[in-house]
Amino acid sequence: MKELTIEATLENIDAVTDFVNRELKVLRCPAWIQYQIDAAIDELFSNIARYAYHPATGPATVQVEVTGSPMAVVVTFMDHGVPYDPLTREDPALGLPLEEREEGGLGIFLVKKTMDDVSYEYRDGRNILRIKKQIG
Amino acid sequence: MTITKEAAGTALTLSLQGRLDTNTAPQLEAALKDALSGVTALTLDFEGLEYISSAGLRVLLSAQKVMKKQGTMVIRHVNPTIMEVFEVTGFSDFLTIE
Repeated sequence: MKELTIEATLENIDAVTDFVNRELKVLRCPAWIQYQIDAAIDELFSNIARYAYHPATGPATVQVEVTGSPMAVVVTFMDHGVPYDPLTREDPALGLPLEEREEGGLGIFLVKKTMDDVSYEYRDGRNILRIKKQIG
Repeated sequence: MTITKEAAGTALTLSLQGRLDTNTAPQLEAALKDALSGVTALTLDFEGLEYISSAGLRVLLSAQKVMKKQGTMVIRHVNPTIMEVFEVTGFSDFLTIE
């Protein structure tokens, strides 16, 4: 398991992405799966940066683990901010015509659609959000 | 992300390289805001684009709303990762993808 603790800011999304990508490279993760994981990081870490400690900022910890067969990567995001379970958010309405489409709510929906598993728990004063993606 | 602009009359092509995400979407938004006036044929070339997140989708949605009123918008060279995003979000229903 590899772990990075970093200030939860939008500027640090790239640092988190690079950290995870380094591990994915070691695992010879296919590019298209890496792109999906990177996009999920963008959604989840930007949410933490914007809302967890609002209006202040605070630290977040990101862990990368590899699990069994078939090989999967698990990325865990932890923060000490306001308790918030993004998975309770209702999915956006998708079938609407262009004019009625709204801009919000797509991020967490995309994470749920592109990852194999997404889970949330609040434990010991921490938001813990975990994504899992099969890479083998 | 880098954006390359190519204008010919009222046709405009923007080629994107890199990632269209939280930190780069404002760049595309600004490029479009500056350039869309009078454009009747907008092409977005995604050949060099790795992935897109919801922040990028928001910019594409507002660009599509503008272009629907004044002409056409076509997205070219969409990779499978980005195509999946367009499909699961229903964006493929109203975007023109070639």
